Amino acid sequence: MQQILDRDEEVAAQADSSDCFVRFIDVQKSYDGVELVVKGFNLDVRHGEFVTLLGPSGSGKTTCLMMMAGFETPTHGQILLKGEPINDLPPHKRGIGMVFQNYALFPHMTVAENLAFPLEVRHLSKDEIQRKVDRALAMVRLEDFGARRPAQLSGGQQQRVALARALVFEPDLVLMDEPLGALDKNLREEMQYEIKRIHASLGVTMIYVTHDQTEALTMSDRIAVFNDGVVQQLATPDTLYEAPENAFVASFIGENNRLLGEVVERQGERCQVRLDSGETVTATPVACGEVGTRTTLSLRPERVAIFDHSRQDELDNCFRGEVLEVIYLGDHLRTRLRVCGNDDFILKTPNAKGHSALKPGQGVEVGWSWRDCRALDA
Amino acid sequence: MSESPAAPLRTADGVPLKVSLRRAVRRSKIKALLLVAPLLTFLIIAFVMPLFEMLWRSVDNPEVSTHLSRTVAALEGWNGESLPDETTFAALAEDLREGQQARNLGLLSSRLNYEKSGMRSTISRTARRIGTLEPPYREALIEVNDTWGELDTWKLIQRETSPYTMSYYLAAIDRQLSPDGEIITVPEHMQIHATLFWRTLWMSAVITGLTLLLGYPVAFLLASLPARHSNLLMILVLLPFWTSLLVRTTTWIAILQSQGVLNDVMVALGIIADEARWQMIHNKMGTIIAMTHILLPFMILPLYSVMKTIPPSYMRAARSLGGKPFLSFRRVYFPLTIPGIAAGGILVFILSIGYYITPALVGGQSGRFITNYIAYHMQTSLNWGLAAAIASILLFVVIICYLVFNRLIGVDKVKLG
Repeated sequence: MQQILDRDEEVAAQADSSDCFVRFIDVQKSYDGVELVVKGFNLDVRHGEFVTLLGPSGSGKTTCLMMMAGFETPTHGQILLKGEPINDLPPHKRGIGMVFQNYALFPHMTVAENLAFPLEVRHLSKDEIQRKVDRALAMVRLEDFGARRPAQLSGGQQQRVALARALVFEPDLVLMDEPLGALDKNLREEMQYEIKRIHASLGVTMIYVTHDQTEALTMSDRIAVFNDGVVQQLATPDTLYEAPENAFVASFIGENNRLLGEVVERQGERCQVRLDSGETVTATPVACGEVGTRTTLSLRPERVAIFDHSRQDELDNCFRGEVLEVIYLGDHLRTRLRVCGNDDFILKTPNAKGHSALKPGQGVEVGWSWRDCRALDA
Repeated sequence: MSESPAAPLRTADGVPLKVSLRRAVRRSKIKALLLVAPLLTFLIIAFVMPLFEMLWRSVDNPEVSTHLSRTVAALEGWNGESLPDETTFAALAEDLREGQQARNLGLLSSRLNYEKSGMRSTISRTARRIGTLEPPYREALIEVNDTWGELDTWKLIQRETSPYTMSYYLAAIDRQLSPDGEIITVPEHMQIHATLFWRTLWMSAVITGLTLLLGYPVAFLLASLPARHSNLLMILVLLPFWTSLLVRTTTWIAILQSQGVLNDVMVALGIIADEARWQMIHNKMGTIIAMTHILLPFMILPLYSVMKTIPPSYMRAARSLGGKPFLSFRRVYFPLTIPGIAAGGILVFILSIGYYITPALVGGQSGRFITNYIAYHMQTSLNWGLAAAIASILLFVVIICYLVFNRLIGVDKVKLG
């Protein structure tokens, strides 16, 4: 845990340094002059980094990407690319590669013509275009598909072509707007690794927009979690999961047990929270207020354990609960319990040898450490 | 598995699957047919039958063989090198006598007059005096009217014996058959149709080009504006449809005529002198302006329906890949709108080559279309055969346009609305 925090600080320190590649400074955006879609967006992206903007739909993440690409102008604030403000630069002069949600492959051109387009507008020689197109097709393993039309390709192949087209003119920065949204699950996972591989081998900077947290966790160096036009937390995937800074991030990233209550005591790195159902829980204060304020306790289901005397010292919080439902998921078991008045208390236990088989209706004692229980904003 | 692969599939009770399927869908097929039956009947009566009637009339040639049946029989085997013999003249006199009694020589004389001017008066003059004529008829008829003594007259009668004729089509393109059966151009002062065909075609092309030029940006705006603005714009585009065609055309007269609104304004502003007012109506310009306006929606709508299907991300992709705005438009957006351009173009072109009322009202002498001559031949000259031939040629041009379009673009790629 401490290690994680250290790394986070390290990343933050690096971002502050001068090799900042993309920089959003206090960017605001409003479409109608009444409501702000993006409220004070700040982001520093280092060269070669893979940063994901993650958030529910309508949270302003795509708008940020569109402002970066030049299709929308910021209402306020500045966007810097390599230290130069680009607010007034038209999209075609920015030299940013972009992969669109539905690929936007030109349907009247063949795959090779699609790839040649960005090179032709840059007036490259015919031989060079041919060479680069071939190389880009090889990179996405579609060497034999140059003569086909986009409509003759499968979704996954179209996706690869879109990726190759965004990279063929060797941009320093590539933007991706939910590029895997239209693919089925298996293909999506395959493409995640593919994009990751290409990112690693080319060393380009990538800004990726998605609403899929698994995708974000798999691919990113850092993730900016968006909600309601504001970045809730910007951190590495493990920090986001292990140490969410507020209730939104905790519930949006991964599964999360929520317990509502009031802070009754704060002492150093621990605090006591009296739940609405009456029990008192020891927790780590993260974003809660002083004594007397409301708080949401966040607890990952896999950090909850069935009480076991050998681990008594670790499990500072112990409560009796009732099993309501058991779902068998192969590699793990998901048990829904009633604990501290919460009917949706989830317990995840790995399907290890000799795990105790719980039955609905059965009483059970569960416990967790105060370190895993984070007191966040109400 | 043991069944040979060629054996037809059978249902559980042994009926071949195809038969069973046909039986199952027969009911719904009959129902579907009954639903379209009223329209089908209407179309057959009001469209298909008149169409074939028109095509038939353009080649039908019954007059000579009906009204000069005896003469036709007597002319059989005539070598055409000298005047026919007395029997033939006697047959002609008998035919004319009978025709005069039945008072049905009008059609015959008109028909022959199309081919050889003066034939109408020749026949009517001869028919009036037919009762007083005595044999030998050869001398008697030539004495009444020396046209009967011309070899060409007899060649004409012999030629028009045929129940079908090409002469209406030839007349429609300013050609005629010489007495010797060769196709020759009519004298220059009588040439009218070919000029009108060309004028109709090139003016239609100009009108199509203008509607494209004016309609393309509007359709683009319609397709790219947010719904609440584009709805208003769409109403403005469709507004002309809610006004009578006649009203719209006469409005142009009020605006464009030499004492009209536009000239008055320009005179008032001192742009033109009062005595040098522009002649913008009752000529080609009037026809082009009014028809461009009237046909504009027919260009905008197909363009719009195609543009609507082009996602904005294509242009964005082109821009982000480094294409300057115009280049991106030319390389990416424009090629995708070609089916719309073709659909709108062919629609406007076909509509305008068949347009009648607007050129008739604002075209004057120089802005008139071939359709105005179809109407003239239908209503005034009563030469229905020629009207049918001109109309058939127009139909033929339309079919050619359609086939070319289908070959190049494909009709199935076009959605209207």
